[in-house]
Amino acid sequence: MATSHQASSIEAGRLSAAEIAENFGDLHPQYEPHEAAVAADRCYFCYDAPCMTACPTAIDIPQFIREIQAGHPESAAKTILEQNILGGMCARVCPTETLCEEACVREAAEGKPVEIGRLQRYATDKLMEKGVHPFSRAEPTGKTVAVVGAGPAGLSAAHRLAMLGHDVTVYDRKAKAGGLNEFGIAAYKSTNDFAAQEVAWLLQIGGITVEYGKSLGAELTLDALKADFDAVFLSIGLGGVNALRATGEDKGGVRDAVEFIAELRQADDLTSLPVGRNVVVIGGGMTAVDAAVQSKLLGAENVTIAYRRGRDAMGASRYEQDLAATKGVKLMFNVQPKAIHGNGSCVEIELEYTSATDGTLQGTGETVRLAADQIYKAIGQTLQDQPDGLALEGRKIKVDDAGRTSVAGVWAGGDCASGGEDLTVTAVAEGRDAAMDIHASLIG
Amino acid sequence: MADLTADFLGIKSPNPFWLASAPPTDKEYNVRRAFEAGWGGVVWKTLGSEGPPVVNVNGPRYGAIWGADRRLLGLNNIELITDRPLEVNLEEIARVKKDYPDRAIIVSLMVPCEEQAWKDILPRVEATGADGIELNFGCPHGMAERGMGSAVGQVPEYIQMVTEWCKKYYSKPVIVKLTPNITDIRFPARAAKAGGADAVSLINTINSIVSVDLDAMAPEPTIGDKGTHGGYCGPAVKPIALNMVAEIARCPQTHGLPISAIGGVTTWRDAAEFMTMGAGNVQVCTAAMTYGFNVVKEMISGLNQWMDDKGYDTLDDFVGKAVPNVTDWQYLNLNYVAKAKINQDDCIKCGRCFAACEDTSHQAIAMSDDRVFTVKDDECVACNLCVNVCPVEGCITMEQVPAGQIDERTGKVVSDDYANWTTHPNNPASTAAE
Ligand SMILES: Cc1cc2nc3c(=O)[nH]c(=O)nc-3n(C[C@H](O)[C@H](O)[C@H](O)COP(=O)(O)OP(=O)(O)OC[C@H]3O[C@@H](n4cnc5c(N)ncnc54)[C@H](O)[C@@H]3O)c2cc1C
Ligand SMILES: Cc1cc2nc3c(=O)[nH]c(=O)nc-3n(C[C@H](O)[C@H](O)[C@H](O)COP(=O)(O)O)c2cc1C
Ligand code: SF4
Repeated sequence: MATSHQASSIEAGRLSAAEIAENFGDLHPQYEPHEAAVAADRCYFCYDAPCMTACPTAIDIPQFIREIQAGHPESAAKTILEQNILGGMCARVCPTETLCEEACVREAAEGKPVEIGRLQRYATDKLMEKGVHPFSRAEPTGKTVAVVGAGPAGLSAAHRLAMLGHDVTVYDRKAKAGGLNEFGIAAYKSTNDFAAQEVAWLLQIGGITVEYGKSLGAELTLDALKADFDAVFLSIGLGGVNALRATGEDKGGVRDAVEFIAELRQADDLTSLPVGRNVVVIGGGMTAVDAAVQSKLLGAENVTIAYRRGRDAMGASRYEQDLAATKGVKLMFNVQPKAIHGNGSCVEIELEYTSATDGTLQGTGETVRLAADQIYKAIGQTLQDQPDGLALEGRKIKVDDAGRTSVAGVWAGGDCASGGEDLTVTAVAEGRDAAMDIHASLIG
Repeated sequence: MADLTADFLGIKSPNPFWLASAPPTDKEYNVRRAFEAGWGGVVWKTLGSEGPPVVNVNGPRYGAIWGADRRLLGLNNIELITDRPLEVNLEEIARVKKDYPDRAIIVSLMVPCEEQAWKDILPRVEATGADGIELNFGCPHGMAERGMGSAVGQVPEYIQMVTEWCKKYYSKPVIVKLTPNITDIRFPARAAKAGGADAVSLINTINSIVSVDLDAMAPEPTIGDKGTHGGYCGPAVKPIALNMVAEIARCPQTHGLPISAIGGVTTWRDAAEFMTMGAGNVQVCTAAMTYGFNVVKEMISGLNQWMDDKGYDTLDDFVGKAVPNVTDWQYLNLNYVAKAKINQDDCIKCGRCFAACEDTSHQAIAMSDDRVFTVKDDECVACNLCVNVCPVEGCITMEQVPAGQIDERTGKVVSDDYANWTTHPNNPASTAAE
């Protein structure tokens, strides 16, 4: 029996299994063939297409859409995967509204871009449904490469290196590969265990060994990896989280959003996942939106995102903000947490209004209190476990355009490395490009 | 409100939109629905001689090609003439004509090339009260193998002969329907005129194979494991039909011969174009077969609107108006100079004009790093390709370079003298007017 919305405190089973299934269904379901044909027909086959420039992995978008138009989505998929081996996941999670689709000339012409993301999903799904892996390995080179971190950056690098004939060992501290594809991305973007399926499909190339439960800084050291392998690629993402620095942060019910999302993504039965009646999420990025929306979808009655700056400064795109709003999440701007009240567990959060003078944010002194039996912190992830001796830039491992770190023989990419946005597609691009540079240095 | 009443060979209809002889006009039921929808007239599906009717294939009889969003652009068929008994058709024609005296009903005929066959059928057609006949000399498949249809239409002597028989045994207007499966459409048109035809109608369908089934390794539509060539029609054939209509309209020997234009008419605009090219009315088949009879409503409202906008009160005000402006290439003014111009406000930066001009034309479009596309007047030959490939209508236009200005491509001052190829110095046969 489902517990109602209105039950206070943190409860499992606020919604029925059927409601949960509907709420967590595919955000954008796969096109039917007819829908794909109609959508593909809208592409103008632009010269030196702006969408292609806007894609961090530079997929030849007009080409793959033309292949869908002409009735061979499998070769469209190959066009996509040649540039972006995680094209299936990217089709689901890329904020296309700020990438390829924003650049589409039909966005300029009619405010309605070609739905590139969904077409990409159509093509890649068609190929993967057939269980086909369209790439094969080159002659073995006898070279070995260690990849640390099996997220998008690591998987992308590993696949490219294996394809070029190198033997790759991927280490990850967790028991599953995929990184945030598996543990972070919102459940309604990656349904039916797609992240795990995609990893299994990717590994069909051969030449990649994955070792789970191996952490850099514990079982692994950079020096040992350097000694044992011809090259090392670091793709450990951002393992830490920023602290809130509000009084009462240690009270029960206050958690990191990424931890909650990971738990949600790994839950076998979402009706068993407890959720508060009143949930407040602190932050303004994708993580904040995902934590808030998924709380709502689990059956929370009131969900608020509290962001310390204005709407325009929000990391989440306007599309993501609107998605949150349509799901019933309330967005509050220019408020920062001041204190968390409650006896043992949180009951209320006290927010202070902010104003920015010359770019620096200050509390105005005026506060507001919101009921909160769960508070999620989504105020950014930080680098952790990075080996000593690697130069940093900002708070990330410093790399050049080719992904080289300050230490010879060591490359890095994805969220842990400097440069680029923290997106799945950027991680894939950086992994691929570093692999090409590693290859050049091993063969050259 | 403009007056759309058409008077074609003395046959009146409330508008110039007739249904062509084809499945839409195959029986009473369809024709009544067509008249209710507003069609001005019909040419009844072609009748054959008395006796057992022809039989059609029992498998697919149509094939097609499509544009974006599966918009049907061309249709192909292997259907024969009516497969219903002559008697039944004649009774139905008489009944419908009685109930719709204000609409045109023309009976399409195809019987063997023997005088007796025509002598037998014509009085029976006359008895139905229908307004005229159309001789189907066009069907390019099936019937042609039996010496009828386009097998007759491709031999001008036969056309003349049969037309003469019809004029002899039938008192009302005789329209000769021409096949486009011929090198020069003026020959059959002249033959029809010589035989005494009151009008020609064109085009019938074009011989075609629309596609091949790559699994069956056979043309489509495929009947079992074989296919055959069929007749092509629909929007794709309009340009071919338009040219053939114009050729007849401007040929001194056939000029003034009434024309009923057929081929790809889909909206009011197609009809208006055919009529300015000399057609007194139009006939429609594929548009009705694709969208149903209600398409005529847009044709009526669109033609009305355009005539009102232009101040044309009756069809006669514009019929044939474009004919004097159809000429031979050799008479085009070589001193007319234009340049493409890209309107930057409308440009959506797709770059298709650039790809087209750079790869396949005259390298006359410049592309900047931030995707601004501009025409290089010193390279542009005004070919119009960029205009044609631009997805935004009206974004690229052809602007005339006024006389007195320099054409940056040739470095010469543009002259407003008319000068064509016949007088051009590069023409070995030049007849320079000295
Ligand atoms: C909640 C959330 C939602 C997101 N939503 C989107 C979205 O919708 N679209 C989008 O494009 N991006 C999204 N992102 C960002 C995107 O997930 C990341 O940019 C991307 O996953 C980065 O890939 P990566 O390979 O660099 O790191 P990760 O995906 O973080 O992978 C790092 C891997 O390294 C392993 N690892 C970490 N430390 C060690 C160590 N010491 N030793 C061994 N292994 C280690 C981890 O277990 C993990 O498998 C989201 C991020 C979050 C947190
Ligand atoms: C299925 C089909 C059957 C046709 N049958 C005849 C026919 O019996 N007699 C005839 O004169 N024309 C016949 N036609 C040709 C049409 O009358 C018309 O000339 C041709 O389709 C071009 O016009 P459209 O482009 O509007 O279709 C047929 C066309 C089609 C598609
Ligand atoms: S008119 Fe022809 S030559 Fe001139 S710019 Fe356009 S495509 Fe090029």
